[in-house]
Amino acid sequence: MSEIKLTLKKQSPVPIETPNIKPDVFAGKTIDEIKELEIMLGNNKVKLSDFFDVEGEPAETPEEIKIVIEGDSSNIKRIGQGMKAGEILVKGDVNMYVGLEMEGGKLTVEGNTSTWAGQDMKGGELEILGNTGDYLGSSYRGDWRGMSGGIITVHGNVGYEMAEYMGGGKILVKGNADQMPGIHMSSGLVIIEGNVPSRTGGEMTGGTIVVQGVVDSFLPGFEFLGVEKNIEIEGTEFLGAFYKFKGDYAMKGANGTVYVAVAGNKHIVP
Amino acid sequence: MERIIKNGIVYCPLNGIDGEKMDICIKDGKIVESVSDNAEVIDASGKIVMPGGVEVHSHIAGAKVNVGRMMRPEDSKKDAEATNEDINRRAGSGFSVPSTFMTGYRYAQMGYSTAMEAAMPPLLARHTHEELEATPILDHAAFPLFGNNWFVMDYLGKGDIDSCMAYASWLLKSTKGYAIKIVNPCGTEAWGWGGNVRGLHDTAPHFSVTPAEVIKGLAEVNEKLKLPHSIHLHCNDLGHPGNYETTLESFDLPKGIKVDPVTGSRDTVLHATHVQYHSYGGTSWRDFESAADIVADYVNKSNHMTIDVGQVTLDETTTMTADGPMEFDLHTLNGLKWANCDVEMETGSGVVPFIYSAKAPVPAVQWAIGMELFLLVKDADKVCLTTDTPNAGPFTRYPRVMAWLMSNQYRTDLLENELHKWAQKRSSIATIDREYSLYEIAQITRSTPAKVLGLSDTKGHLGVGADADISIYDMNPETMDLAADYKMVENKFQKASYLLKDGEFAVKDGEVINTDLKGKTFWADTQIESDLYKNVLADIEKQFVKYYSINFQNYAVEDSYISKSAPIKGVSL
Ligand SMILES: [Zn+2]
Repeated sequence: MSEIKLTLKKQSPVPIETPNIKPDVFAGKTIDEIKELEIMLGNNKVKLSDFFDVEGEPAETPEEIKIVIEGDSSNIKRIGQGMKAGEILVKGDVNMYVGLEMEGGKLTVEGNTSTWAGQDMKGGELEILGNTGDYLGSSYRGDWRGMSGGIITVHGNVGYEMAEYMGGGKILVKGNADQMPGIHMSSGLVIIEGNVPSRTGGEMTGGTIVVQGVVDSFLPGFEFLGVEKNIEIEGTEFLGAFYKFKGDYAMKGANGTVYVAVAGNKHIVP
Repeated sequence: MERIIKNGIVYCPLNGIDGEKMDICIKDGKIVESVSDNAEVIDASGKIVMPGGVEVHSHIAGAKVNVGRMMRPEDSKKDAEATNEDINRRAGSGFSVPSTFMTGYRYAQMGYSTAMEAAMPPLLARHTHEELEATPILDHAAFPLFGNNWFVMDYLGKGDIDSCMAYASWLLKSTKGYAIKIVNPCGTEAWGWGGNVRGLHDTAPHFSVTPAEVIKGLAEVNEKLKLPHSIHLHCNDLGHPGNYETTLESFDLPKGIKVDPVTGSRDTVLHATHVQYHSYGGTSWRDFESAADIVADYVNKSNHMTIDVGQVTLDETTTMTADGPMEFDLHTLNGLKWANCDVEMETGSGVVPFIYSAKAPVPAVQWAIGMELFLLVKDADKVCLTTDTPNAGPFTRYPRVMAWLMSNQYRTDLLENELHKWAQKRSSIATIDREYSLYEIAQITRSTPAKVLGLSDTKGHLGVGADADISIYDMNPETMDLAADYKMVENKFQKASYLLKDGEFAVKDGEVINTDLKGKTFWADTQIESDLYKNVLADIEKQFVKYYSINFQNYAVEDSYISKSAPIKGVSL
């Protein structure tokens, strides 16, 4: 694997947008050509080398390329937009839209991300070691067709409305999720190891949500189906006892499933 | 400024010119007989020259269009343009509901220079005109909605045609409106009570008037006012299987009313819009089939009306109409997000996104019905090209519709490879091999709409005295097989070589080069000086106090909202 290192050399007063930072675009280019790639600074086009030092070994195909971003990248948006192959490793924090429309490859953020990470994701793997903001793995604003494939793993906490309109793929949250995880989701799997305050699976019509922590309150549009022990979903085993719900009957053709750990959640069952 | 377009292959149906090589002379924004040697020469050899396109029915400005924009940010992702400071071009976005600036640019790029907004809620006229003012290049007008208006229903319920006429005169002037638009008469009012009307003989709740009486009454009012355009009718029962019977009955209603407009050369009493949606056979979506042959046959045998088609373009689009109950039906059908609105004593509306998938049975038949109407109506002087933009598809697909009409091969490729088999089984489209000529294309996009709108003195033709709105397309019917090379035809119509607007270059090589051009606002100016008018005004003022949320004095659109006012004369009594 050839590594191409981008080191941020200065900060911008407005966020910079870098959909061109992905192995698919770097493939087949020399380091000098990569330096010339376009990035957006507000509504101006600037060069990658205006903000980054670029060094490393270029390669012919994206599969061979790993891009490493060093320095304070917390003001960069759209890293890895639509990436199909290869790897990106961000050593710090990032701004909005990391890994949106991703189709393949692996993108790792060691720090925290802002909102809309993995929006409209179709494939590949997005891993966030810190926390992430609202709308993780959601649809584009207004669209009723959201994430359709791929895997997102967040080691920290996530904000509101994760997996909004999710139609496929898998999201694993090791921390807590804020309100309305899986809102409008129709397919796919959401696993939240931590807690959720409320409205899990609001208006979901399909798919599965597993909450292993505590939920403060639960929506009335769900039917309580009983307790299941040591459940298995898509090859993953979840040990312990879970309340099983079906819903959200606020929607036509409601067929979503929510499992909530029995431990700590006695207050939500009839 | 003088210009001369040399050696173009000219299509101008209003003057009977069918592909003749000739020069067009322009002076001070008008077409003239000749120009001096100093005139700037535009070489159009090997290219076709037509009058600027005239849009007879669109939804491009006003409250419900804006609701469509706001509720569909995802639509904006599909077409967007950045600013270009060199030519003062504004940024914009939107595929099915583009922003106002994009709307102007996109129409102009196709060689269109005039567009009608077909549904203006009177109470929201100011907003509509503000948006039209922000739509560059295009001459325009807006049609206020009359079919569910309380005054209209009250007067016509009493059979008081004259008071209704006085009211219509006042409303057109107050809203700077152009024509009498009727949408699902009585049905939208019924929707205010959670219902609808079926057919033409239910009464509107709390009124003693039927859709039939509203249509016939407003047609009489229209001709008493001697307006440039005929009544513009969106029939009852839109989109319901089996609705063709209501459609034909509606077509019959205004028959026999005398036509004598003050301006223009219109000789018809009815323009029926998006007739595709009204030509449905069957009794449910299961046995749904085309009734376009029956409707086309009626149109062929009639001389009192024109239609536009509302061709389905097989895109994901945004439906929007003053037919509130129909939009709710659509939402329950597709489950997508929806908006609905009630406009006090006047009208209502609804907005729902819709995906016309070629692979789905119903949209495939709807596509076929639209095509059948175009191809089975024999006389292109009776039919206008529309997609009821954005309802059946965005106006930016007009070039594709033209290419479909000009190429049986294009249609056959689509029928055999992409469309659900219902298109062939439930319609006669596969048996029709007619292909439109460029002359007929010029009819359905230029001369017919201009004539039926009452604008044919200055629009839709290239004769001396016409506005110098001229489009030039880089294709040569003498050396190219247009039916075989249909993709090329589509591309050329999408991006005109030139559009001249009032003699100035608006578009060159498919791109807008002058964004500062501003269109005129046409509106219907009728004068009634009589006790009748005074009595009706007094009645209006009384009702305003009782029912309206705004004061009578704040209702009318001030002249300052219209920067290039172009009143078109109607009656003076
Ligand atoms: Zn319409």
